[in-house]
Amino acid sequence: MPVEVRLQGLTKVFHSHREAVVAVDHLDLEVEKGELVTLLGPSGCGKTTTLRLVGGFEIPTAGEVYLGGKRVTHLPPQRRDTATVFQSYGLFPHMTVFENVAFGLKVRRLPREEVRRRVREALRLVNLEGLERRYPRELSGGQQQRVALCRALVIEPRVLLFDEPLSNLDAKLRVETREQIRKLQKELGITSLYVTHDQAEAMAISDRIAVMNEGRLQQIGPPYEIYAHPANRFVADFIGRANFLRARVVGSADGKLAVELAGGVRLEVPAVAGFEPGTEAVAVVRPEAVDILPEGEGDVTATVVFGHYTGSLATYKLALPSGEDLEVEVLSPQEKGFLPEGTRVGVRFHRQSIHLLEE
Amino acid sequence: MERYRELRRLVHDPFLLLLVTLVFALLALFIVYPLVRVLATSLFYRGEFNPKYFLQFFERRYLIRPFLNSLTVGGLVALLGTIIGFAFAYAVTRTDIPGKSVFKVIATFPIISPPFLIALAAILLLGNHGLITEFLRTRFGIDWDIYGLPGLVLTETLAYFPLAFMTLEGVLSGIDPALEESALDLGASRLRTFFKVTLPLATPGIASALLLVFIRSLEDFGNPIVIQGHYPVLTTQAYLAVTGMYNLPLAATLSVILLVPTLLAFVLQRYWVSRRSYVTVTGRPTPSSLKATTPGLKWGLFGVLCVLSGIILLFYGLVFYGSLTRMWGLDNTLTLENFRYVFSTGLAYLLDTLKIAGMATPIGGILAVVIAYLVTRKRFPGRGLMDFLSMLNFAIPGTIVGIGYILAFHNPPFRLTGTAAIIALVFIFRRMPVGIREAVAMLQQVDPAIEEAAVDLGAGFARAFRRIVLPLISPAFISGMVYIFVRCVTAISAVVFVVSAQWQLITVALLHEVDNADLSQAAAYGVVIIVVVLGVILLLDNVLGKLILRRWQRAR
Repeated sequence: MPVEVRLQGLTKVFHSHREAVVAVDHLDLEVEKGELVTLLGPSGCGKTTTLRLVGGFEIPTAGEVYLGGKRVTHLPPQRRDTATVFQSYGLFPHMTVFENVAFGLKVRRLPREEVRRRVREALRLVNLEGLERRYPRELSGGQQQRVALCRALVIEPRVLLFDEPLSNLDAKLRVETREQIRKLQKELGITSLYVTHDQAEAMAISDRIAVMNEGRLQQIGPPYEIYAHPANRFVADFIGRANFLRARVVGSADGKLAVELAGGVRLEVPAVAGFEPGTEAVAVVRPEAVDILPEGEGDVTATVVFGHYTGSLATYKLALPSGEDLEVEVLSPQEKGFLPEGTRVGVRFHRQSIHLLEE
Repeated sequence: MERYRELRRLVHDPFLLLLVTLVFALLALFIVYPLVRVLATSLFYRGEFNPKYFLQFFERRYLIRPFLNSLTVGGLVALLGTIIGFAFAYAVTRTDIPGKSVFKVIATFPIISPPFLIALAAILLLGNHGLITEFLRTRFGIDWDIYGLPGLVLTETLAYFPLAFMTLEGVLSGIDPALEESALDLGASRLRTFFKVTLPLATPGIASALLLVFIRSLEDFGNPIVIQGHYPVLTTQAYLAVTGMYNLPLAATLSVILLVPTLLAFVLQRYWVSRRSYVTVTGRPTPSSLKATTPGLKWGLFGVLCVLSGIILLFYGLVFYGSLTRMWGLDNTLTLENFRYVFSTGLAYLLDTLKIAGMATPIGGILAVVIAYLVTRKRFPGRGLMDFLSMLNFAIPGTIVGIGYILAFHNPPFRLTGTAAIIALVFIFRRMPVGIREAVAMLQQVDPAIEEAAVDLGAGFARAFRRIVLPLISPAFISGMVYIFVRCVTAISAVVFVVSAQWQLITVALLHEVDNADLSQAAAYGVVIIVVVLGVILLLDNVLGKLILRRWQRAR
C-alpha cells in the first residue's frame, strides 16, 4: 500500500512567557492508503498539535509533512488536500446544513448541479436527508457532528483528519457514532488520521494506534499489539489497566522464559527478545489475567485490601506476600460472590498474558 | 526557521500577503509618518538639531503656562468626573432607585454629541451675555463670567464624567454582591462594608477612570477653544501657534509636550492599572446587592443624579432654545432664521461633512475589521507590530495627529492638504481603533474552528473573510461604522488643522460662529449636528443593522 501521510522529524515548539514548550518532538509517522491511524495519548501529549500540523493550521518548527509523496510543509490549509472534522465541529452558524456541506464544493467551482447531487449523496450517507434547510443550532449534537463529518467527506480529500470528533457527545451516542465513522471510512477507503484521548475509542476504531506522550511517539501498532505487547511502562499503563510486578528472569527454554516474581512465585511466560537469564524485569499483569481461587490453590496466597462492585465487574485490590499490590478484575461477580475485605484468597496468573518489560 | 516558514507560507496565500503589505503601508504612511514629522519638527530647525523650544521650556511663559494649565484642568476634571461617575455607577448598580435607564441615557448625551456643545451651553448661561451673567449684572451689579479655569472644569467634567461612569459601572457590576453580603453577614456596618470591601475592590477601576478622564481632558480642544478665556491650555496654544503665528516648530513642540503626560497616563492605565483588576468577567451579570445601602444614602444619591441630569438636560435644552433666538443675550425673540442660514449658507458645510463621513465610514469600518481579523487570527511576521501601530492613534491626542498631517501631507510626494481625502484619512486612522477593539472582542467569541474549517475546505483568505468572518462579526462591523460616522460629524481637535477653503466641516462652522459671537447661530449648528447624529444612529442601528443581522440572528 502506498504511503499517503508521512511525517518526518516533525517538531513544534510553542513559546509563551519566555518559556519554550515542545509540543511535538521529532515525530516520524506513516499512514498508508485507506488506513485509519489514531493518535492516542493524555491531554497535552501533542496529538492535536500533530493533527494541526498535518492540516496546515500550525507551522512546524522543524521537520516535514508529506501528503501522497508531495512535500506540503510550506502550504497553507486551503492548498492541502485534507479535510478536518473539528472537535467543536466549526459549522458555519449563518449557513444552512446544505450550504455548510456545499461550501467546499463551491470553493472548487463545481457546476451547480454537481454540487447539489454530491451534497445530497453525502447527506444520505450520514443519514441527514431532509435536514438540508436547517441551521446548525437547530440540530442535535449528534446531527451537528454528522454535518461536520459530511462536510469533510464531500470534498473527497486525500486524507481525513479527525480532532476528537466524539468528545462532545454523550457516552451512548459516542459508541454509535464511532461505529458509523469506522463503517464509512472502511467503505469509502478514506485514509484517516484520528485524534482521541479515549483508549476504548481508539481500540475500537483504528487499524493502528500511535501512542504519544510528551510529544514523542511511544509505540505504533494494531490495537491488539499495543495492548498485549506494550513497548514500555507508559503504554502499558495508559492502554487499559496494568499491575507492574518486580520480576527476575531465571531461565529460558523453547520460546519460554522462566520468571521469578518477588516473593518467590515461579512462572513460565512467553519469551520477549532481549531478556537473558539473570536480568531484572517488570512483569505487566493485566487485572483480568488473574484468577481468584479459594485460599491454598493457585500460585500464591493474597489478602483482599478492598473491593468495589460496578455491576458487570468486581475490582479488588489484593496484597501479595511480596508487599506489592495486585489489582484484579472479576467478571460476573453475581455468580462468584463479592469478597469482603480481609478475605484470604489464592491467586493464579495467566501465563500467556504476562508481558515483560525492562526495569 | 518558523519565521521563514511563516513568510514562505504567505507567498502561497497571495491575497493575504497583499493585504498584510497594504495594511502596513497604510499604517506607516498615515500613522507613523505624521508622528515622526511632528517629532522631527520639534527637534530640528532648518535641517539642524535644534530643540530650541524644549530648551526654553522653563523660561518661556507661553510654553510652561499652558502645560501647567492643562495639568491643572486635567487633574481637577479627572477628580470631579470620577467622583460623579462613581456616584452614578454606584446608584445604578447598588441601589434600586427609580429611573435608572433614564439616567443612563442622559449620561450618554455628552458622549454622542460634540463635546464642545456643553461649553456652548455654559456660555449661553454663564458667558458674557449668559442668562445668569446678565441677571447677576442687572440685579446685583456683580460682574462675573465663567471663562477660564471654572468654565473649563465645569464643561469638561460634564463632558467626560460619562466615561468614568461607564468604566465604573462595568467594574461595580462585576463585583460579586455576595462579597458585600458576606461582610454585612459577618457583622460589619454598611459604612465599613463600603470602605473595607466595595471600595478596595473598585480601586483599580477608579484609577482607570481617573486616568481615562485625565487623558480626555488633556486632549480636549473643543471646550477650551470656546471657554478658556485667558487660561490657555496646550491644545489651543498649539492650534494658535499654527493658525495665528504659523510657527510649526512651536506647535510641534507644544504637542510633544502634550504627548508626554497623555502617553504616560495611557501606559499606566493600559499596562498597570488594568492588570490589577480584581474583577473577574464571567459574562454573566450577577444580581446586584441592594442591602448594602441605607434609604438615606439611596435617596441622597437619587437627588445628586437628578440634579446632574437636570443640568445636562438644561444645557442641551439651552442650546435648542438658543438656536431659536435672534441674537442670544441681545435679542432673544424667537426665530427660525438661524436654521434657514444653516440650510442655505451653511449647507455646504453640512454637505461636505456628510460627504467626508460617507467616505471615511465604510473605509474605516472595513479596515478596522480587516486589521482586527489579521491580528487576532492570522500568523505573519510583524503581527504584534501591526496590533501596536493600529492602536497607536487611540493614545495620541488629536492635536498631534492634526499637526502631523499638515506637516506630512503639505508637500510632495504626499500632497493632500486642501483635499477631502486628508480630512477623511484623519477620521479613518483616528477612529479605527474603536472599531478594531469591537471587532476583536467579537472575534474572540467566534470559534476559530469555524474559519479553520473554511480554509481547510479550500477557501482562500478573501473568501473565508467575506463569506464567513464578516457575516459573523457584522454587529461589530456596523457599530464600528456608526462610531466612525458619529465622530466624523462631531469631532474637531485633529481635523481643525486640515480643513480648507474647499472642504469644511460643520463643527468648524460652529466654532466660527462662536468666534463671531453669534451664539444663536452656533447653537443652530449644534442642533443640526445632534439631529444628524441621532438620525444616523437610528438609521444604521435599526434599518441596516436589522437587514444584515437578520440572517445571523436566525443562525444564533
